[in-house]
Amino acid sequence: MLRPVLIGIAALAAAALAGVFALTRPAPLPADAMAGLVGDAGRGAVVFRAGGCAACHRAPEVAGRPPAPDTELGGGMRFASPFGTFIAPNISPDLTQGIGGWSVLDLANAMQRGVSPDGRHYYPVFPYASYIRAEPQDIADLHAYLLTLPPVATPSLPHEVGFPFSVRRGLGLWKWRYLDPAWVVAGDLSPEETRGRYLAEALGHCGECHSPRDRFGGIIRARWLSGAPVPGAKGSFPNITPARLDWSVADITEYLTSGFTPDYDSAGGHMALVIENTAHLPQADRAAIAAYLKRVPPVASPAAAP
Amino acid sequence: MKRTTSAGILSIAALAVAALAGAGLNGAAEAQDKGPFANQIAARHGIMLYRAMNIGALGAMAKGEVAYDAAAAQKAADNLAAAAHLDDSMLWPEGSDNGAHAGTIALPALWADKAGFDAKYADFRAATEAMQGAAGQGLEALQAEMGKLGPTCGACHKAYRAPTN
Repeated sequence: MLRPVLIGIAALAAAALAGVFALTRPAPLPADAMAGLVGDAGRGAVVFRAGGCAACHRAPEVAGRPPAPDTELGGGMRFASPFGTFIAPNISPDLTQGIGGWSVLDLANAMQRGVSPDGRHYYPVFPYASYIRAEPQDIADLHAYLLTLPPVATPSLPHEVGFPFSVRRGLGLWKWRYLDPAWVVAGDLSPEETRGRYLAEALGHCGECHSPRDRFGGIIRARWLSGAPVPGAKGSFPNITPARLDWSVADITEYLTSGFTPDYDSAGGHMALVIENTAHLPQADRAAIAAYLKRVPPVASPAAAP
Repeated sequence: MKRTTSAGILSIAALAVAALAGAGLNGAAEAQDKGPFANQIAARHGIMLYRAMNIGALGAMAKGEVAYDAAAAQKAADNLAAAAHLDDSMLWPEGSDNGAHAGTIALPALWADKAGFDAKYADFRAATEAMQGAAGQGLEALQAEMGKLGPTCGACHKAYRAPTN
């Protein structure tokens, strides 16, 4: 009488384990996902600036020394979070320390599936949840461009992440829950707004800082771009929905060009690094981002705590 | 006569002491209300705003929103350079950062990297001098300097400022 019940429980547990095993397994792209795509380094330079790669992967500024060029991608910048501190890796084309040995498919798997060439999950501090929306051709172009940059021999440092978040396999569940290639802002967009959406939601990954996250670190899509606390520090990333950002399209375009606000304050913090990249984009692309921001649903900022 | 004078001096001194004491008390009470470094932070913001207003006058011409006017451009550049060269060192006391006071977004990194702050400040001052030399010399000269001035603002804000409170 008892025995069939026990067998049933064991079978259920085995099925659950198998389910978790399957759900947490890294899932790379099909082997032929990038077949036939030829990268163009010139176009890749624009993808590189639109994607803001250098804003996180360039070497951090060292006191007393002039900053290295932002095409030297040796990594080392630190990113605090509720889950630990992440350290940007070397993505220069150095063959041993960087990604010089990566194929186009390796880069696509990293950027669109968050999977490393050796089949492990990346932490979503690397914004593959945004890059998943990128065009494969743009990734091929970016790959061609990255290979033209100077190799840097700085070793990548391990992230400072404690248990249970140190078990990368668990990230499979995060991806299952949060990886979503669908556009956040849907509806009838003009060609310019559509280009702006591509730049903001895919390559530019604006939402990674400017959107609030739930307690598992997933972006709350209903509050897209409505601002969020700076992890591990005081202050917050501002609400850039039309509920708060009342600048004109020309104002936003100027800010993404020179860093000047309409009041001639200038961009600070990590946004200054972002603008060092958007400043290289064609003017039409900056204007497209501005046009898109005007189409984002307005979301009020939460009232400040008393 | 002499006696009267001494009495007069004494009473003036007493009044002054009382006034100072009163001011001190008021000041202390005010500082307590507004938090530590409130006056230094307010003065920093005032100087920054004044610089921004003059950069704004130059920027409006650079962008073509306002017609170029050599005299107006020179005046704005002179004001900017004067404001940039104020000795405001007393306004940056150790600890007057965003951890101490909600009214500032200055990061503790500013004090941890004082040499870097001083170097970036010097770059900004040099850029305002270059603007002073260029602003009255035609729109193209102004535009060229505007492109160099902006990054010297950004250099400090990038390293030493939080996004918003």
